[in-house]
Amino acid sequence: MLILECPYCGVHAEETELQAGGEAHLKRFGPGSSDEDFHDYLFMRENPKGVHFERWRHVNGCGKWFHAARCTVTLEVFGTYTAQTGTPPQALLDEISTKRPGWTWREFTDASAPHAGAEDAS
Amino acid sequence: MKRYSAFAVAREALRYHSGWERAWASPEPKRHYDVIIVGAGGHGLATAYYLGKNFGITNVAVIEKGWLGGGNTGRNTTIIRSNYLQDPSAAIYEKARSLYEDISQDLNYNVMFSPRGVIMLAQTEHEVRGYKRTAHANMLQGVTTEWINPQRVKELVPIINLEGPRYPVLGGLWQARGGTARHDAVAWGYARACSAMGMDIIQKCEVTGVRTEAGRVVGVDTTKGAIDCDKLGMVVAGNCSDLSNMAGFRLPVESVALQALVSEPIKPCMDVVVMANTVHGYMSQSDKGEMVIGGGTDGFNNYTQRGSFHHIEETVRALNETFPMVSRLKMLRQWGGIVDVTGDRSPIISSTPVKNCFVNCGWGTGGFKAIPGSGWAMAQLMATGHSYLAEEFTMTRFKEGKFIDESVAAGVAH
Repeated sequence: MLILECPYCGVHAEETELQAGGEAHLKRFGPGSSDEDFHDYLFMRENPKGVHFERWRHVNGCGKWFHAARCTVTLEVFGTYTAQTGTPPQALLDEISTKRPGWTWREFTDASAPHAGAEDAS
Repeated sequence: MKRYSAFAVAREALRYHSGWERAWASPEPKRHYDVIIVGAGGHGLATAYYLGKNFGITNVAVIEKGWLGGGNTGRNTTIIRSNYLQDPSAAIYEKARSLYEDISQDLNYNVMFSPRGVIMLAQTEHEVRGYKRTAHANMLQGVTTEWINPQRVKELVPIINLEGPRYPVLGGLWQARGGTARHDAVAWGYARACSAMGMDIIQKCEVTGVRTEAGRVVGVDTTKGAIDCDKLGMVVAGNCSDLSNMAGFRLPVESVALQALVSEPIKPCMDVVVMANTVHGYMSQSDKGEMVIGGGTDGFNNYTQRGSFHHIEETVRALNETFPMVSRLKMLRQWGGIVDVTGDRSPIISSTPVKNCFVNCGWGTGGFKAIPGSGWAMAQLMATGHSYLAEEFTMTRFKEGKFIDESVAAGVAH
């Protein structure tokens, strides 16, 4: 059973207390973006065999969204961090590199940073 | 290959069964093949079989990293039905269902197809409306289904409890010609027929790279060395993202675990397949007497081939209400498979950005029932570049907004 530590309330929550929310650190593309970017934003998700970064919600607990780094092959949890974190903390990335040398994921985009689509829409 | 027949059984009975041959060969890979299929599950083997049977292409290798039919082909709950909502789905699933009807004769291998009938229970008002709509759509598509009332459900399934406090049975979508088949036998039957046509089925051989030249596929690297090919078919489920990354393109799928379980064997008590999508559970009784139960998928990406226990608990809890006798059954085994799910819950049978490389994946939670139709379409696509059955199932349909949306129609049990 998957157990994640909620970075807000500190509870070691097991799966039935949590809801999976899919890939983390997505950059939103909306009006004004290219068809490719919009398509990828809507339909393309990282599906790594190994290290993955995800959004989770402590739904039957404090109710808050947070981020988790996890291995999809062993179900090992590397760590969790708050939803307000734009890119994973360096300490966590270093820890993952120690445990999974040569791991890759897509380039981290800071989801909170403004982008072209948002400017057009405003 | 010697034909299986009643005569052959009698002949072997008289000579201590010394004359049976291996059902398929285990060759070492050759240097070059016209076509390489990655994945010796049902879909991959069916693709190879119809390439040979329908198009005369027999210089084919089917490469498998594990053992034949050891992935989702051997892990599903063996349900066969074609009562889908959208036209392209109905076409390919009905093709598959109709091929299942005489596949044992075609392959000379008993896949134990049992058209015992499938009921999809409606347990909410929304499902009642949804299934009536599906029944109407099926009528237009030429797929024989009917909406039946609760009394008829009770006649077909005497062990059902219609008056569940949370999930009353309000009716059902009945497909009399749906049913089950022996899932392993489907893989074994296709493998035997492929081997007899001179195709090489290479097990325990993992693809580690896809070689391309000028945007065209030229071969694969494997744990048994490099193998060249003119055309490549990727017919894998949970690992399709991994494989497509090797070829340099991405697929709109995510891999999650789907679980099933079986009970201890009991006397015959239910001779149809029942699916209850609201409560995420479906059940049938195998010929051995085990109740075969399937559940819903986990919500997160997973490659471990084992799922979360609480999903099993939820499934059984829900079935307890609809089938009170289940509460006294002991469960024997539980297992998981990794399914590749697309955004619209429909498969991808498509050419790819890499020339001569084709992909057949994304069957998600419902691939077994489609095996013959999927192989038929994939073989046609690979041989001729076009398949009327696969036309709508391209990997570019998301960009074009041409979804084949079965996520609502199919619910969870797909």
